[in-house]
Amino acid sequence: MTYLSLKGLKGKLIAIEGPDGVGRSTHIEAIQNWLEVQGYGVLTTGWTRSALMSKTIEIAKQGNILDPWSYSLLYATDFADRLEHQIIPALRSGFVVLADRYIYTAFARNVVRGCDRVWMRDVFGFAVVPDLVCYLRIDVDTLALRVIESKGMNYWESGMDMRLGADLYESFKKYQGLLIEEFDRMAEEFGFQVVDARRPPEEIQEALRARILPILTGSGRRARAAEKLAEKAEKLAEKAEASKDHAPSA
Amino acid sequence: MTSKAGPLQSHAYPGKLIVVEGIDGSGKSTQLSLVRKWLESRGFNIFFTEWNSSELVKETTKRGKKTKVLTPLTFSLLHATDFANRMYHQILPPLKAGMIVLADRYMYTAFARDTARGMSPQWLRHLYSFAIKPDLAFYFKVPIEVSVARLLGGTRAELKYYEAGMDLGLSTNVVESFKIFQSRALDEYDKLVDEFGLTVIDATQEIDEQQEMVREIVSKMLGSYKPKRGTHAKREAIFWRRFDIPESEGTQGQADRH
Repeated sequence: MTYLSLKGLKGKLIAIEGPDGVGRSTHIEAIQNWLEVQGYGVLTTGWTRSALMSKTIEIAKQGNILDPWSYSLLYATDFADRLEHQIIPALRSGFVVLADRYIYTAFARNVVRGCDRVWMRDVFGFAVVPDLVCYLRIDVDTLALRVIESKGMNYWESGMDMRLGADLYESFKKYQGLLIEEFDRMAEEFGFQVVDARRPPEEIQEALRARILPILTGSGRRARAAEKLAEKAEKLAEKAEASKDHAPSA
Repeated sequence: MTSKAGPLQSHAYPGKLIVVEGIDGSGKSTQLSLVRKWLESRGFNIFFTEWNSSELVKETTKRGKKTKVLTPLTFSLLHATDFANRMYHQILPPLKAGMIVLADRYMYTAFARDTARGMSPQWLRHLYSFAIKPDLAFYFKVPIEVSVARLLGGTRAELKYYEAGMDLGLSTNVVESFKIFQSRALDEYDKLVDEFGLTVIDATQEIDEQQEMVREIVSKMLGSYKPKRGTHAKREAIFWRRFDIPESEGTQGQADRH
């Protein structure tokens, strides 16, 4: 956008993607906690929570009056509002922004609903490209079991608006299956970091942190301190090495 | 962003789509309502649709304007959402049914205004690439002074915040801001005339003079148009005859309902 300058964004943008019920929000909470303990400023932002649009989207969903185009554009507007009023200001002030879903969720959902892939990518062309996208990958059978065990299946997460199956379960499996396929395709296109979400929660958390750590070095006071510490340690080690070399001749 | 040109194909529907464009105060709405009167009197079934009028988005735009949280980007996307919603629910069905659709403003408004607000023209064309090409697009061209004089002296006593582009901080004076912003839009419209082949009408002329020209051009375009069975208002008479009701009484009943 010609009026929007993206220069000087000091913070880091990390997007966590993955299907409904895979445990995204739980993991993001834990990551936020972990980062804050280390001294990072963290902002978590979800999908469809903008002040301007959340009410409109609720009404639209209730009324069932959405066609593929306005469905995509409503979410694009919502995202634009959060981008300009939340995400960009936070990045400018050096926050780590954790995005619970990002534009890729919109790409997947809209493409499954019949939108053109190229059009979708053009529409969202104003988005800030994340520093890291972690994709919590799961197979649809495991996902179905998890969702049933936790909060149960709902209308939208089952894609019931698309009339894919005879009942909630059939529809859920078909819809989420299509989404997973699209996510897998995008994982290659956009270079997602794929995390196996079938493993126990502690291991998933571990894997996520391992991928987040490298992009944090170099940003933030804590990271710089850590870098200095590492340098110091290296120098000490060199010294020790050097004195060892000298030892025999002394 | 890829630089593929917007498709904007001519449509193959039996209906016809006529749109009017121009800056605020150009008189385009007056002209379109006269076209509507004329076509209805000739027995055509007309569907009328207006910029930023879908139930889905209208409230949001209103709320956003009131709280002034709209940025050029969200403003632009909201209008696109409204347009998409109306395209799908309002414009396409009557076109497929063979009716004449009249639109007060079309995507060219977004191209002119949003570009004047600093959005990328290329992005806007991608954004609206789902739209269909109108059969006729009139552009009512008017100098900025005439438009300001009309708006201040007549129908609307004051200029609106976003209409005047006050969100851009061009000037603290509303009239000044309006002039700067709408002049930019005028420049953009001039470019669109060539790019999309808009039909230019000199909007400084008298209302009836303009209307005469417009009707002539519409008539020519409608030469190839054949109203589908059932879309022509005269069929009503035949419909009532089937019920053994005297025609006068039948059409009387119709008139009462309107």
